[in-house]
Amino acid sequence: MHDTILEAVELTKEFKGFTAVKGVNLRVRRGTVHALIGPNGAGKSTVFNLLTRFLPPTAGRILYKGRDITAMKPADVARLGLVRSFQISAVFPHLTVLENVRVALQRRQGNSFHFWRGEATLHALHDRAAALIEAVNLAPWTGHTAAELPYGRKRALEIATTLALDPEVMLLDEPLAGMGHEDIERTAALIRRVAADRTVLMVEHNLSVVADLSDTITVLRRGEVLAEGPYAEVSRNAEVMEAYMGAGTDGAGHA
Amino acid sequence: MPDTTTTSAVSSAATAVLPGRAAAPGTDRDRTVRIALIVLGLSAAAAAPFVLYPVFVMKVLCFALFACAFNLLIGYAGLLSFGHAAFFGGAAYVTAHAAKVWGLDPALSILLGTGFAGLLGLVFGALAIRRQGIYFAMITLALSQMIFFLALQMPFTGGEDGIQGVPRGMLFGVIDLNRPLAMYYFVLAVFLAGFVLIWRTVHSPFGQVLKAIRENEARAVSLGYRTERYKLLAFVLSAALAGMAGGTKALVFQLASLTDVTWQMSGEVVLMTLLGGMGTLLGPVVGAAFVVMLGNYLAATSLPVPVVIGAIFVVCVLVFRRGIVGELAHRLRSRPSRDR
Repeated sequence: MHDTILEAVELTKEFKGFTAVKGVNLRVRRGTVHALIGPNGAGKSTVFNLLTRFLPPTAGRILYKGRDITAMKPADVARLGLVRSFQISAVFPHLTVLENVRVALQRRQGNSFHFWRGEATLHALHDRAAALIEAVNLAPWTGHTAAELPYGRKRALEIATTLALDPEVMLLDEPLAGMGHEDIERTAALIRRVAADRTVLMVEHNLSVVADLSDTITVLRRGEVLAEGPYAEVSRNAEVMEAYMGAGTDGAGHA
Repeated sequence: MPDTTTTSAVSSAATAVLPGRAAAPGTDRDRTVRIALIVLGLSAAAAAPFVLYPVFVMKVLCFALFACAFNLLIGYAGLLSFGHAAFFGGAAYVTAHAAKVWGLDPALSILLGTGFAGLLGLVFGALAIRRQGIYFAMITLALSQMIFFLALQMPFTGGEDGIQGVPRGMLFGVIDLNRPLAMYYFVLAVFLAGFVLIWRTVHSPFGQVLKAIRENEARAVSLGYRTERYKLLAFVLSAALAGMAGGTKALVFQLASLTDVTWQMSGEVVLMTLLGGMGTLLGPVVGAAFVVMLGNYLAATSLPVPVVIGAIFVVCVLVFRRGIVGELAHRLRSRPSRDR
């Protein structure tokens, strides 16, 4: 079991009498792409928020590389290499594309509290920032503010920013939501590329992409794990098919 | 037009030195405007005491620094403090006491006031920083009201009378600050030091993180930033600089009084910053000058000052939310794209 990088044990979250997540056990293997799927309200995003400590769990434990991180602060979890994205695109709108990526690179430089230093001390990061921006095909936008980018490009910028931290585990919350066809293909290819040397856990509604990208799929329903396994196996599960109410498991539609 | 050519030559040279910024549209124009403004502002500031009443300009400078310090917090960290009078007024008392009772050098007295305000900021910040929005504002207001009552009750503050007749003294033992021009240039130097520090902070690595937190705190956290510490440092810096303004004001008027620690003073600095344009470096300066000028002008008429200022504030919020400088900068920036 040494290849489990992230593990949830009996994870439970209650909101004022409503149980959003109930005794979820989850094991993410190192180097795999693991998808969380399920109908709306199944608790996928809550699980995400619990794993990254943006929400405190009511019960249960979270282990990252065998270490209990249940009581840690979200910023410290990120420092361990467990970095998340958000459902609504999370960029810094009034910073330029370059500055968005640079602010992520900056932390490790160790001068983030230096209020007396000039901006030029950050210029050493420009080459790495440019490479990351290039990797997500945003080079022509480098000097523009993030607010000026079309939606799909914002998501790409968010991935570049996340990659700047070189995280061991990337948690992507609906990375393809609200994207047009072309953006979906480009972003899916990007995710495949970045997943080559790290672990990815994602919540995603687009089943065809999930089927294509994921090694393991966990299906949630009403806060509980309904099924887990490779896509081919999970998609044949009768309960899963029922949960999706006959929505074609061949992956054409959105759940 | 030899003047424009030099400025644009300077600006293109500057752009060449900073390749990272050259890509942004409008940067070149911004830079030209900025350099022109700096030259214009400095010459105006140097000439001001020969044209205007020096105490008036010094008052403007003190409030401008106060507003700039406040703006560092609201404009760049997104935190609305409603208790900044505690730092401004608190430092005024400390500086006045140091200069009058301990007979210290004026610069050292101001530094003591600044340090006191910074420490007070650390205490306020530690208590308030975990709260958001209105709760943050309320906690800072409550804490500053405590400082008000302390100022009213403690023996060294002189209660209702305040500390009067504060000597301006000899700067570094050699420059007699009782000479109006000497005092003026001293205040200008203090203001510029504070302003440059704020400018530097905004453009520093720390300033970058601060802006990121203002824009999207959850995302900054997810990038591993312990955002509370950054906000706390911003709060302490803002408090200290507000204190520097308050201490300087105590020497200018040779008085530290309860007026400086009232909640109305906290409100006034909010007004100055919003009127001038929060999140812009020059906005608070313009806002402070405007409000001080308006106060002086209205004092000579029978119009009720709070009503007029209130009405202007309402108009500002309704018509130009970016404030005077914010609106100007926005117009200047959007013009080239309209031409295209």
